[in-house]
Amino acid sequence: MDISFSAVLSQIMLGLNNGAFYALLSLGLAVIFGMLNVVNFAHGAFYMLGAFAALLGLDYLPRLLGSDVGIGFWSALLLGPLLVGLLGVLIEKTMLQRLYKVDHLYGLLLTFGLALIFEGVLTNYFNVAGEPYSGKPAMLEGAVNLGFMVFPAYRLFSIVFSLLVCFAVWYLAERTRLGSYLRAGTENPDVARAFGIDVPMLRSLTYFLGVALAGLAGVVAAPIYSVSPKMGSDLIIVVFAVVVIGGMGSIMGAIVTGLALGLLEGAVKVFYPPLANTVIFIVMALVLLWRPAGLFGKER
Amino acid sequence: MQARIKTLVVATVVALPLAAQAAEPLKIGILTDMSGVYAGVGGKGSVIAAELAAADAGGKVLGRPIQIVAADHQNKADIGVSKAREWFDTQGVAMINDLTNSGVGIAVQRLGTEKKRITINNGAGSTALTNKECGPYGVHYAYDTYALAKGTATALMKQGLNSWFFLQADYAFGQSLQNDAAAIVSGMGGKVLGTVKHPLATTDFSSYLLQAQSSGAKVVGLANAGGDFVNGVKQAKEFGLKQTLVGLLVFDSDIKALGLNTAQGMKFTTAYSWELTPEMEAFGKRFFAKAGFMPTMTQAGVYSSTMHYLNAVKAAGSDDADAVMKKMRSTPINDFFAKKGVIRADGRMVHDMYLVEVLKPSESKGPWDQLRLVATIPGDVAFKPLSASECSLVKK
Amino acid sequence: METLASPSASRLEKRVNHPFVSYLPWLVAAVVCLAAPFLIYPVFVMELLCFALFAAAFNLLLGFGGLLSFGHACFFGGAAYLCGHALKVWGLTPELGIVLATLGAGVLGVLIGMVAIRRQGIYFAMVTLALAQIVFFSCLQLPQTGGEDGLQGIPRGMLFGFIDLSAEVMVAGSKIPLAMYLFVLTLCFGGYWLIWRTVHSPFGVVLKAIRENEPRAISLGYRVDAYKLTAFVLSAMLSGLAGATKALVVGLASLTDVSWHMSGEVVLMTLLGGMGTLLGPVVGAVTVVSLHHELSALGSWVTVTIGVIFVVCVMAFRRGIVGEIAYRMKRSF
Repeated sequence: MDISFSAVLSQIMLGLNNGAFYALLSLGLAVIFGMLNVVNFAHGAFYMLGAFAALLGLDYLPRLLGSDVGIGFWSALLLGPLLVGLLGVLIEKTMLQRLYKVDHLYGLLLTFGLALIFEGVLTNYFNVAGEPYSGKPAMLEGAVNLGFMVFPAYRLFSIVFSLLVCFAVWYLAERTRLGSYLRAGTENPDVARAFGIDVPMLRSLTYFLGVALAGLAGVVAAPIYSVSPKMGSDLIIVVFAVVVIGGMGSIMGAIVTGLALGLLEGAVKVFYPPLANTVIFIVMALVLLWRPAGLFGKER
Repeated sequence: MQARIKTLVVATVVALPLAAQAAEPLKIGILTDMSGVYAGVGGKGSVIAAELAAADAGGKVLGRPIQIVAADHQNKADIGVSKAREWFDTQGVAMINDLTNSGVGIAVQRLGTEKKRITINNGAGSTALTNKECGPYGVHYAYDTYALAKGTATALMKQGLNSWFFLQADYAFGQSLQNDAAAIVSGMGGKVLGTVKHPLATTDFSSYLLQAQSSGAKVVGLANAGGDFVNGVKQAKEFGLKQTLVGLLVFDSDIKALGLNTAQGMKFTTAYSWELTPEMEAFGKRFFAKAGFMPTMTQAGVYSSTMHYLNAVKAAGSDDADAVMKKMRSTPINDFFAKKGVIRADGRMVHDMYLVEVLKPSESKGPWDQLRLVATIPGDVAFKPLSASECSLVKK
Repeated sequence: METLASPSASRLEKRVNHPFVSYLPWLVAAVVCLAAPFLIYPVFVMELLCFALFAAAFNLLLGFGGLLSFGHACFFGGAAYLCGHALKVWGLTPELGIVLATLGAGVLGVLIGMVAIRRQGIYFAMVTLALAQIVFFSCLQLPQTGGEDGLQGIPRGMLFGFIDLSAEVMVAGSKIPLAMYLFVLTLCFGGYWLIWRTVHSPFGVVLKAIRENEPRAISLGYRVDAYKLTAFVLSAMLSGLAGATKALVVGLASLTDVSWHMSGEVVLMTLLGGMGTLLGPVVGAVTVVSLHHELSALGSWVTVTIGVIFVVCVMAFRRGIVGEIAYRMKRSF
């Protein structure tokens, strides 16, 4: 098979698309890990719940209420993350909070259990094959000719939108007062508390933010992929690897690594497809041998 | 020596309950995917279909009540086999039906050969079931990858769509489907320009679709099923793929998931759909009344084959697998599902298949009105001829 | 900070020194295992034994080494495939197939262990998870493994070339694969005994010291990484033994055995039974596998149930069943 330059460019665009999702998800994981020291195994489930919020709001809610119009895409973009975030706060307040004092591994195990519950319950009511989401906004229908390829308008939007959100979060964390509190709370909770920062509140807020980002990614993904109870668990392990490669707790690291690995995966799909599934894990092993703390991480 | 002492002790304990076994029920097992990718294809619907068949047979055969037991194999061959083994060994299940998923189907059929019990595959598609892996007690009932590929590929080739590119699920079932379709295409003078394999349960088909696009083939054949098929079609529309898109294994439930808007005009081969004949419609509506959805070809096959099995038990006067199997082979199947259907030496049930087309949204008269019959493919053309079978049970 | 393993276990061990008391549990276990196939379906009992060994091997690493591996399924499943291939394609005898598969799991353990032990705690969990995914995808794509269909029709074969493992003997009115059962029983008891010996050896003591306080162990001059790697490889090999035996019992190796769900399941078995206790993983494995078995008709509610047990264990029951009993017993004295 001969590989033309435009074919490579096309795959790179697709890689960028995946990379943007990786970045959004690993960003949330990194924020939660940095602040709470919790590996949020339920992150994939929250992503899935975000997509379901969009789907249910559009298709099922109106049927339930007997009205004609459901919650459209743009409202879902706001409501989805909000709902998922609030669920996250509920979990943080009732369960996660009690685990900060014990071994961090328990946080991982708890969220693993939660992920199984969410996935199991939804599997009971929805087809694993996926339900179509038909709420794609009309203005994003169709495709844009980029010269070397025809690219769906919505995918283009999802790339730009995800990147904007990523940089907004980075700005929030690195350049604002709230962000400085967050970082202070992350690096030294005791000192932060001494300075009058409400650390438990800050932790809830962080979990809300991280989980809402996953929910947001879910809403953005809904029109592209089928909305299915398993959509999160397929993705979460890849995102874990992304976070390990980037170095946990580094926001910029998570964004850059997510994008780069998406591109790499896209390129591998052109040149040697059988490796596409594993390339990220192989990179992870190599990075660990070379820099155990990850590309952007500090050993701690 | 030690074993003999144990024998004595345990014999007294075990002998008692074994004595009283008068009108023990005839158990039929539905081993299916209750929660996974194929739950909509088989799943609860298959259990309902089998229960319907048991009720239609009067709830009793040879004076024994018919009991339907069901289990979820979770699409895992090991879980399926251990469940089936337990059913055979301890529950006295006489026959297992459905067996959605080729991996489970092959494994359980092999176990059936070992344990001398009848297994009927309605959900699995791989032609291996009636070739390399065939068994004396295995029946492949509703469809197989050869029949699907044959019907669909032949029809498209006749329209002059003679260059193909395949997207193939990277496992035995996809391989079987792609092989069968590619053989038919090249056999009719067409060209296969390329095949790309994708892992099972892929969410992002875009890069594979781009390869298909740049291949310049007239037809993009999807040798996959369920969620993979649905995602592939949706994304092809999104990327504005100009080529003819064809699904090689499509269930009614997939069309439901895609919506007529996306699926309209697509042609595929099926063994059953309620729109096709008045008899099929009658069964579909009876099923719908119990289940709340229309049956897929797998679920319809479960009903038909369970009925055929029960009739054979009645005719044989016993549930002995050899006797029942003999009756099942010698009696033709005549019902809504098959006309003069015959179970061959290799286990293949030969019946007519149907080439159908998905309606335009404007043509649909209801939420389940999805398909139109294009052509009926006679059984002897649809299925792989017995002479070409690699089954060791076929005398040549 | 509460560490992963409950300290109650080590205290309990001290009291069990009298020779009769220390042999009693083994005797009870032997009697139970010999009676089990007459009361319960024998194939199921053999599966339980394999999972119990798997969980015990996993616990060697988690409970006594303090290392949470989230990728142990790759040893269990990888060995199952290797054993199946050796028996089916190369025609080896069962005992050679199992030895080969166990060694294979050991080699895999060295490779993965060398990368993984560079990180601790949560990182270790994530790294093992990701590396196990490489094994999973390899098993999916290699032509020898049969992809989604799994490696089917693994023959039980002739043990040492002359004992037919597939033979079923009529014992007391029930058909029992006696030779197979005794073979599996021997393997699982052997594996479990090895774990027991390891925990009580000087090596096991150093391992526990590392778990309790790694910097201190380093300052005492122990080559911590070497100890961790040895424990990892030993655990991998015993998991492999369990996986290979299971492949022989059910006659197939499938993707389930290598998937990350299996890794999660073995964590649950250990957590539920009691980390760092010798009996805990066995109790946990029996509970979880029976649960799967009993609830299999409920479809995905099984997943929900497993998830709920996870949450309950983590929130309120961190000692696990055996750990909790041991803790209560100690307090009641």
